[in-house]
Amino acid sequence: MSERVKGNRPLSPHLTIYRPQMSSISSILVRISGVSLSFGFVLIVWWLLAASTNIKYFESANSILSSWFGIVVLIGSVWALCYHSLGGIRHLIWDMGYGFDLKTADRMGWAVIIGSFVLTFVIICYSGALS
Amino acid sequence: MNFKTDRSKVSGLGSAKSGASHWFGERLKSVALIPLTIIFILVMAPLIGKDHNVVIESFQNPFTSISIILFFLITFKHLEEGLQVVIEDYVHSKGKLLFLIIFNKLFCWTFGLTAVFAILKITFAG
Repeated sequence: MSERVKGNRPLSPHLTIYRPQMSSISSILVRISGVSLSFGFVLIVWWLLAASTNIKYFESANSILSSWFGIVVLIGSVWALCYHSLGGIRHLIWDMGYGFDLKTADRMGWAVIIGSFVLTFVIICYSGALS
Repeated sequence: MNFKTDRSKVSGLGSAKSGASHWFGERLKSVALIPLTIIFILVMAPLIGKDHNVVIESFQNPFTSISIILFFLITFKHLEEGLQVVIEDYVHSKGKLLFLIIFNKLFCWTFGLTAVFAILKITFAG
């Protein structure tokens, strides 16, 4: 960009001047959940590396992941993974050229939000953490 | 004298000329990650907090090992591409941009390959 046009113009994606809407909030959450997932994956990779190293190292990693801190991070990551996956599918549908009318876009947004919590609950039950 | 039309003079003078295939590759990885993520959750969710031998045992199945390796490879490539888009969107200083893009690649490749290494070691040496 040349110096002359740099100025004080708002730069894309115009987060500061755009009124938040259902579609924009549910879309930015895909990005936020994706970025925060990198932390969850670092933890999981560390846990796997510990499991591959020796039983002592594994037990300390395992106890950190199953402590209250670990469980909060893991449940948050599971929710982020569910949200990112469902939201990603919504973006793939948009990429194929469908679902652009407001009603469908809003409905898909709610489906992603509600679906992510339902899926998180199902996965927590499946993992056996509650039993 | 140049007999070329205006259209043919500029033909092929786009940016990197690989934008469409890059874009398509990103979508392809996303689609591949849908079934792989389901397998990843099915395998990993019950393993957290379990005993060491249970974890080792579950990776003795080649389907499990290969699926989880594929999951991590594609996930970290997808993460790298996704984080790069985020960096390019919000970081506007040239120097910082270059540093973050390189750091991002280093971070994703390191953790992706660490995951693959760990799973292979568990599978073969477990």
